[in-house]
Amino acid sequence: MSLPPTKTFAVLLTALLLLTAAPSADEKHLSVYSSVATYTLPVVDRTGKEYVGLLELLEPFGRVNSRMEGQHWKFRFNEIETDFVAGRSRARMRGKEFELPAPFLIENSRGLVPVSSLSALLPRFLGTPVNFHESARRLFIGDVATHVTAQIENTNPARLALNFSSPVNPTISTEPGKLRMVFSRDPVVAPGNQTLIFDNKTITQANYSEANGAADLTISAAAPLMASFTNNGRTITIAALAQSTPAATETAPAPGATPPVLTQTPSVTAPQFPAMTSPPLLAANGHRFIVIVDPAHGGDERGAALTDRLAEKDVTLGLGRLLRHELDVRGISVLLLRDGDATLTLDQRAGTANAAHGAVYVTLHAASSGNGARIYTALLPIEGPISGVFHPWNSAQAPSLAVSQSIASEIIGEMQKQQMPARAAVASLRPLNNLLMPAVAVELAPGPNGTADLSSANYQQKAAAAIADAIAAKRSSLAVQP
Amino acid sequence: MIPRHLKIAVAVMFVFVLCMSFYLRRMRRSAAELQAAAADARPVAPPASGPTETVTLYVADDGEGILRLRPAQIPLPGGRQQRGEELLRALLSIYQQPDSPHPIAAAADIRGFYLVDPGVAVIDLNAPFADQHRSGILDEQLTVNSMVATLAVNVPGINRVRILVEGRTRDTLAGHADLTDFFDVSGVTHAQ
Repeated sequence: MSLPPTKTFAVLLTALLLLTAAPSADEKHLSVYSSVATYTLPVVDRTGKEYVGLLELLEPFGRVNSRMEGQHWKFRFNEIETDFVAGRSRARMRGKEFELPAPFLIENSRGLVPVSSLSALLPRFLGTPVNFHESARRLFIGDVATHVTAQIENTNPARLALNFSSPVNPTISTEPGKLRMVFSRDPVVAPGNQTLIFDNKTITQANYSEANGAADLTISAAAPLMASFTNNGRTITIAALAQSTPAATETAPAPGATPPVLTQTPSVTAPQFPAMTSPPLLAANGHRFIVIVDPAHGGDERGAALTDRLAEKDVTLGLGRLLRHELDVRGISVLLLRDGDATLTLDQRAGTANAAHGAVYVTLHAASSGNGARIYTALLPIEGPISGVFHPWNSAQAPSLAVSQSIASEIIGEMQKQQMPARAAVASLRPLNNLLMPAVAVELAPGPNGTADLSSANYQQKAAAAIADAIAAKRSSLAVQP
Repeated sequence: MIPRHLKIAVAVMFVFVLCMSFYLRRMRRSAAELQAAAADARPVAPPASGPTETVTLYVADDGEGILRLRPAQIPLPGGRQQRGEELLRALLSIYQQPDSPHPIAAAADIRGFYLVDPGVAVIDLNAPFADQHRSGILDEQLTVNSMVATLAVNVPGINRVRILVEGRTRDTLAGHADLTDFFDVSGVTHAQ
């Protein structure tokens, strides 16, 4: 069967849009596994060293707060106050000095610590030992590791049973002679040996490796393989197939797993168990529950000049990353449309969001006037009646407008709980009009300290947490059981 | 040995070059000032004539983020099109005052106002209006809403408003408010 040229073009265009919005494969991540939350954080390279934001790292574990005093970054975690100094590797905690392996950095009021310091630094705050696989950037807090054992069954066809100590939810892909499982959100650790050799002619070996915040288990075989899940996700059975089975297929992860930006149609047995951090809810459109976070502007388009040196595009990107993190720790999958200084057109943003079938879309803006935050829904233009299945581009939002308004109200309520003034408004702001899903725009305005708040990690954190709380609260009414 | 008359000639030429460069700099500066003055040659007061009328203006207030109703006495011509243009100029003159609640650039102006199809109005802004407008969703939307609501309440029969800049479609006013489509008057007034 061949697609007509128009459909082929549409498919290619969608793939191109998704590719342009996808974060780079080279982007570095740190995965954190704990009994409280499992999440990933971006890692940045500075002067040849890897750094991560300390406030974002510790936020799921307690009350965090930071403030700038000149070159000093005063950080409070629960009752522990620590004084870091930009450009210096010596810091002071509860009156005692300690040394970091590389200088502490401050960027846009965010405190960055060297990744190599985490093994020594985190126990000081958390009071529990941590196990840090530094080369793979995988951080295990407490006794959370998931162990795996392998058992080969010399049946015909051959079968390999992988038993995990906790339910797992990997992304699975196959290619001739190999089946690869990537564990992004599961604290899977290596079996006894990195390579397991099996006494079987069909399924020959399993190789374990880990890198960039994920573990990888690859099964090698002389025949195509298929995976199936049993025992509530604790057992993955790999079975050899007859040679006539289609070769290269790829699965999407189970509902609730970390979203890959490029998701292909599932063709291998998908896990039938709840994800570890979120229930298996689907969005009202029948697709996986994904929140689209869109930091407005970017690249050549700087947005408003908030101060002489602060551009709107930088504030929206920082806020977007924090919101991704806040949603992530609440077990909500996120597609961040811009995770760098990229230029995206409004049509690209709308096209990517619609193609991803997001459950909620949140675009982030910032302004130097007013105070608190404004939450906007679309001011729709006049359009003719909808004919057939097609929605007019400029009023595609119309069917979702009532839900958008209820989400805006929820966000305002959560912001007010955080003592942050917020109000609802409507605006003729693209791409709100062009979105098929509930969509809101959040415009962050100065706080009690004026425009300095716009780049303050604390202030942004407060706003991001309120938005995430509101979406989490609305999630059950926006989602349906599969 | 350089002859004396040659030395004098070189010195005179050097002084002449210095004087000329000084004179040229002054000429350039005065030309630039003239050019700037010409660019800011918009009328200070509405050039309207006709009986003075009390109208209601929707004036944006950045502090509160709302439109405030403000009665104003302005001379209004009889024609609906001229009436609409004078209303917009009256609004703009408020925004260009030093204590304006919603500052707009001094060089901003209304190039024209047209009533086209039944119920459709077109506002044509000059480039400085958009180029020097403060960027932000609220700031831009207040400007649009203020113009649309003022027209709607004082010029009956307008259902849709289109905003152009220098006679052309522009994507946004200053990075946010979408200008590529018509504004529905009932939608804007209902939102207030």
